[in-house]
Amino acid sequence: MAVHTSQSVAKAAGDNVARGRSRGAGKPPGRFRRAVSVHWYAWTMIAPVVIVIGVIIGYPLGRGIYLSMTDANERNVERSIGVNHLPATYKFVGLDNYTDALTGNQFLSTLGWTLVWTVSCVSVTFVLGLTLANMLNRRIAGRSAYRMMLILPWAVPGFVSVFAWRFLYNEDRGLLNKLLAGGGIDAVPWLNDPTWAKFAVIVVNVWLGVPFMMVALLGGLQSIPGELYEAAEMDGASAWQRFRHITMPGLRSVSSTVVLLSTIWTFNMFPVIFLLTRGGPGEATQILVTQAYKFSFEISPRDFAMSSTWGVLILILLMVFAAVYRRALRKQGEVW
Amino acid sequence: MQNTAAKNTAGRAPHRAGRVRPRGERSPLASFGLHATLIVTSVIAVFPVLWVLLTSLKPAKHASTTAFFKETTLANYTNLLNDTPFLTWFGNSLLVAGLTTVLGVFVSATTGYAVSRFRFPGMKPLMWTLLITQMFPVAVLIVPIYNIMSKMGLLNQPAGLVITYLTIAVPFCAWMMKGFFDTIPQEIDESGRVDGLNPFGTFWRLILPLAKPGLAVTAFYSFITAWGEVAYASAFMVGDENLTLAGGLQKFVNQYGAQWGPMTAASVLIAVPAAVVFVFVQRHLVAGMTAGATKG
Repeated sequence: MAVHTSQSVAKAAGDNVARGRSRGAGKPPGRFRRAVSVHWYAWTMIAPVVIVIGVIIGYPLGRGIYLSMTDANERNVERSIGVNHLPATYKFVGLDNYTDALTGNQFLSTLGWTLVWTVSCVSVTFVLGLTLANMLNRRIAGRSAYRMMLILPWAVPGFVSVFAWRFLYNEDRGLLNKLLAGGGIDAVPWLNDPTWAKFAVIVVNVWLGVPFMMVALLGGLQSIPGELYEAAEMDGASAWQRFRHITMPGLRSVSSTVVLLSTIWTFNMFPVIFLLTRGGPGEATQILVTQAYKFSFEISPRDFAMSSTWGVLILILLMVFAAVYRRALRKQGEVW
Repeated sequence: MQNTAAKNTAGRAPHRAGRVRPRGERSPLASFGLHATLIVTSVIAVFPVLWVLLTSLKPAKHASTTAFFKETTLANYTNLLNDTPFLTWFGNSLLVAGLTTVLGVFVSATTGYAVSRFRFPGMKPLMWTLLITQMFPVAVLIVPIYNIMSKMGLLNQPAGLVITYLTIAVPFCAWMMKGFFDTIPQEIDESGRVDGLNPFGTFWRLILPLAKPGLAVTAFYSFITAWGEVAYASAFMVGDENLTLAGGLQKFVNQYGAQWGPMTAASVLIAVPAAVVFVFVQRHLVAGMTAGATKG
C-alpha cells in the first residue's frame, strides 16, 4: 500500500507545505479552508472514483448487507406482474440468516472445499510459477519463445479456456479419455465424479494462474541486483545458498503481493467453477461464490437473502484474511 | 540482467577448483534438463488452446477424432457467421468492452496520479477501499446491482454492464496506474510547475504522455475484464440479441448438448485478437502491477 515515498510533501495534517501556487502571506486562514486550498485538486482528481465506488459499490453493498438481514426472496420483493405492481412484503429478520448459515451444514462444507481449493490452487501455482520464473531468468536459447508460449493461458479470455478444457475433459468424446483408451485405460469421468471433478477444476485453475505468477516473479527476479550474486559467488556460496539467501528475500515483496492477490482471486473464482461443472456433480465443486450466485439466480424461488448473507460472509472472511496477512508481513519487517 | 554481468570475464577471479559452478555456465546435463522441462510445460500451456484451433478446422462430425488434421475445412467458421447470432454477440461485447475501457482508463489515471503525487486527507482510506473492492464477491453485489439496474431500466442494456464492469476494473487499474506514475520522476512535475502549469496541466500535458505504456496496460486490463466477464453478463442479459460473447458461447453448450464445431470456431475468433494484443502489453502489465503494490 501507499506508504510515504521520498517526496517533499506535507507529512502530517496541519503541517501543510503549499505545493505549486505560492501564496502571499495573508491572514492565516482556518484549518478547513487551508486544507481545501492545499488539497482541492487532489480531491478533484479522485472525485470520479469516489463517486463510482460510492454509487455502484457503496450503495449495493449497504443494500446487500440489509438484504442479508431480511427474508427477501423472489415471491416477496417488489415486482410487477403484467400491469399489477406488487409492493415488497419481505420483513426484517435480524441475524437469523447468519445463524442459519453458520450452524447449517451447507455453508461449512462449502467453506471447507473453498479453502482446500484456494490453498491448493495458490500453492501449486506459486511453486510452478517460481520454478518457471527461475528457469526463464537464465541465459537460455529460445527464451522469448518459451515465454510467449507459457504466457498463452493468461492471454486467452478465461471463458474460452474453460470451454477448451471442457472439450478435453468430455467423458465420451474428449481427447483425454481417447488417449487413455489408446493406452488401454478405462475412461475417467473427469467432470461427473465428485473427486475427479475437484481435481479437474484445480488443474484448470492452476493452468490459468501460472502465467501471472511466473511473469510477476520474473519481474521480481530481474530487479534483484546482479552484484549480490557476484559477491555471493566470490564468497563461495553454492547455487542453493544463493537461491535461499538472495533470491528468496529479494522476491519477498513481490511474492507477498501476488500471493495475496491470487488468494483473493482464487477464493472468488467464479468462471472456472461455473462454466466447467456448474458446481456439480451434486454440489461437489460448488465454492462459496458460485453457491451464492445459485441462490440468487438458479433456484426457485430465488433466495436473495441467503445469497446476500453468503456474500457478506465471504467479504468478512477475506477482510480478516487480508488483515492477518498484513500483520504477518509487518512482523517480518515488511512495510506494506 | 544478472547474466550479462557474469559474462564480463575480464575482471573475474580465476576459477577456484571445487563444487561451485559459476552462474551462466551449465553442465550439458543441466541444460538438457532445463530445456526438457520448459518444452514440456510450454506444450501443456499451449495445447488446450491449440487443440481448439485444430478442432475448429475439422468438419463437425470429426470433432472428437484424435488426429491433428482431418479434412481441413473452414465450414465451422462459415456456419458460425451465417447461422448463429455470433456477430451480434461480438458487437455487443465490443461495445461494452470499448466503453468500459475508455471510461475506466480516464478515471483510473486521474486517481492513480493523485494518489501517487499528493498526500491528502483521505488518501489512506481511499487506497484501502481500492484494495478491499478487489475482495468483493460477485455474490454480495450482484443482487443489489441487479435490482438497481432493473429499477433504472438498465437490464439488457449495454450501459448496465458497462457501469458494473467499471466497478471491477477501476479499483485495480487505479492501483496499477499509481505504480506507473511512481516510476516517473517528481522533477518533471516540479519543472511543469515552475513553468506555470497548474496540477491539472502538469498531469495532462507532461505526465500522461510519459505514462503511455501504463495507459495501454490499463486499457487492456479494462478491456479484458469486460470481454471475459461471465457472472454479470449471464445474469443481466437475456435474449439472443443482447448476449455478450461469454453468454453466447454458453448457448452452444447448454441448449444443444454441445455443438463443438461452432463453439471451437467461436473460441478461436474470440481468443486470437485478445491474445495478440496481450503479448504486446504483458511486459508492462506486471511491471506496473508489482510497482503499484510494492513501492513502499
